[in-house]
Amino acid sequence: MAQDTDTSGSGRRTGALRRLLSGPEPDPAEDAGHTGAPARVGFFTDTSVCIGCKACEVACKEWNAIPEDGIDLTGMSYDNTQSLGASTWRHVAFIEQNVVAASLPSAQDHSDVDVFALASGTEAGTAGAAEKPGDGAERDGVRWLMSSDVCKHCTHAACLDVCPTGALVRTEYGTVVVQQDVCNGCGYCVPACPYGVIDQRKDDGRVFKCTMCYDRLGDGLEPACAKACPTESIQFGPLEELRERAAERVEQLHQRGVTSARLYGHEPDDGVGGDGAFFLLLDEPEVYGLPPDPVVTTRDLPQMWRHAAYAALGLVGAAAAAFLPLPGGRGGR
Amino acid sequence: MTETGNAGVDTGRRRRGGRRGERLMVERAEFTSYYGRPILKEPTWSSLDIAGYFFLGGLAGAGSVLAAGAQLTGRPAMARALKTSSALAIAGSAAALVHDLGRPGRFANMLRVVKPTSPMSVGSWLLAGYGAAAAGACASALTGRLPRLGTLATVGAATLGPAVATYTAVLAADTATPAWHDAHRHLPFVFAASAACAASGLALVASPVQEAGPARRTAVAACAAELAATEMMTKQLGLVGETYEQGEAGRLMRTARILTTAGAIGAALLGGRSRTAAVLGGAALLAGSALTRFGVFEAGVASARDPKYTVVPQRSRMASRSEDADPAASA
Repeated sequence: MAQDTDTSGSGRRTGALRRLLSGPEPDPAEDAGHTGAPARVGFFTDTSVCIGCKACEVACKEWNAIPEDGIDLTGMSYDNTQSLGASTWRHVAFIEQNVVAASLPSAQDHSDVDVFALASGTEAGTAGAAEKPGDGAERDGVRWLMSSDVCKHCTHAACLDVCPTGALVRTEYGTVVVQQDVCNGCGYCVPACPYGVIDQRKDDGRVFKCTMCYDRLGDGLEPACAKACPTESIQFGPLEELRERAAERVEQLHQRGVTSARLYGHEPDDGVGGDGAFFLLLDEPEVYGLPPDPVVTTRDLPQMWRHAAYAALGLVGAAAAAFLPLPGGRGGR
Repeated sequence: MTETGNAGVDTGRRRRGGRRGERLMVERAEFTSYYGRPILKEPTWSSLDIAGYFFLGGLAGAGSVLAAGAQLTGRPAMARALKTSSALAIAGSAAALVHDLGRPGRFANMLRVVKPTSPMSVGSWLLAGYGAAAAGACASALTGRLPRLGTLATVGAATLGPAVATYTAVLAADTATPAWHDAHRHLPFVFAASAACAASGLALVASPVQEAGPARRTAVAACAAELAATEMMTKQLGLVGETYEQGEAGRLMRTARILTTAGAIGAALLGGRSRTAAVLGGAALLAGSALTRFGVFEAGVASARDPKYTVVPQRSRMASRSEDADPAASA
């Protein structure tokens, strides 16, 4: 990870081009043409302290003046927001898991426990054990997972790569933003996003997504969601710093017995070159509606063009053969 | 939404596949989702506009290749018909694209930048250049004026045509949509073959029997290529391949296969003797090509809609990666 920062300028031209499509890319803002850009910023969403209050959703809607997009009762726990979309840039997921009650902290006999020692630890101290009940054990207890999802501001952002108008841009902060005065609503970014984040506002025609409060960043403010988060589940700051903080937090949780704690989207060498917004999760990513191994589609673009070229040549070849004067009756029988 | 009811029980943990015993198989076949909700967004595109645009682009692009062949080998009626159909098809294709925009008034923004990482940007420039050539070739052929410029336009359209017919496959594949992206090696061949089916079908419909020999041969070759490429694509896709076989997409792909095969065989066997057979065969080929594009479109939508097609392939990719990294663990 860290050693890549030193080799950024020295790569050969082809290496540099490849790096623009996938793989570790230490400074996306500079590669996008920003000179003297500030440090790349991001979100670290620590779901282990999320209490599901949805203050982030509300703050985002308010600050960004996002229209209402449906009031439904879904039956999906307390999640009536359902998913990220054109008018939902923060989405709090609620997962209720039936687990073996005996494995939950509340079900254990705590009469011999030193509560002061416990208070210095974490409430979810045995959540790791609760995660995988033994075969045949009755799942008669419940644990709740909550997580505030957001645009990942990928290092290699497929939405940005495929945008034909240049409406989607990389900002000087390394974030990805739609220029609303340029977007013509072609919708290409929508199926391109490996996380299903960006979407089209049907009545408007254009696409919308989280800007990481670009307007606030310029004034030195943190994004509205992070500002509103009462438990610091949503942390904003320079990405490098957040990654260090996240690694420490996972270590801390593991020491406290929460073995299910893991980071998601923090690796600069993953399929999207690392996320600008990454997470600490307590279960598999797909439990939260996140793809387990997302890859930026443009990683394979050179191969796609190559195959299209072969196919195009094949088309010409077949047509040429069909027009050649034939001695026999080949193909025409 | 089958998971909603028992979401509290196990958050949509579903088990696929049979009981083939070993622990690893069960783990791999199982997948989890968030209340069965899709991870990806399905395309916002209307199938009529975008699958129609794939079809018309193919008809136009491959048609220009055949038109050049017809002109070079002295088949004026066939050349004229194909030049006309290519010009009309590409105009229709562009119209469908603009119609599908959320802000049609801003269609000119498509030419605001040149962006090789965006197949839609590349395609817009391609359409601009090709459209002019195809229109020029058509105008010259119909009016008989400026024949030298017309020939130049014909050659230009034939040069860009194959790219117009295949870039749409890259456009679809360059998304996170599993049925499209995971098929990125085969989809260009499916599209090229389907385009050749459509163009040869049009040539059969619109040109005299004695000129249409090459169209009949192209139809047979294109039909065989399309069947083979589609089959290979579906096989290689594994689990995701079922999106091409089930539901609406499955119906479209099966009907397309029947029409294409019937059209090619009919044209090959009877198209040389009977004008009626040629027209019917050509029409079947055209319809088959259109349905193939609609089938591909619907398969993409279906694959984005079900989180299974996102999670399971990604999980097995991760599993094989960790096996590669640690062969001892899998032994």
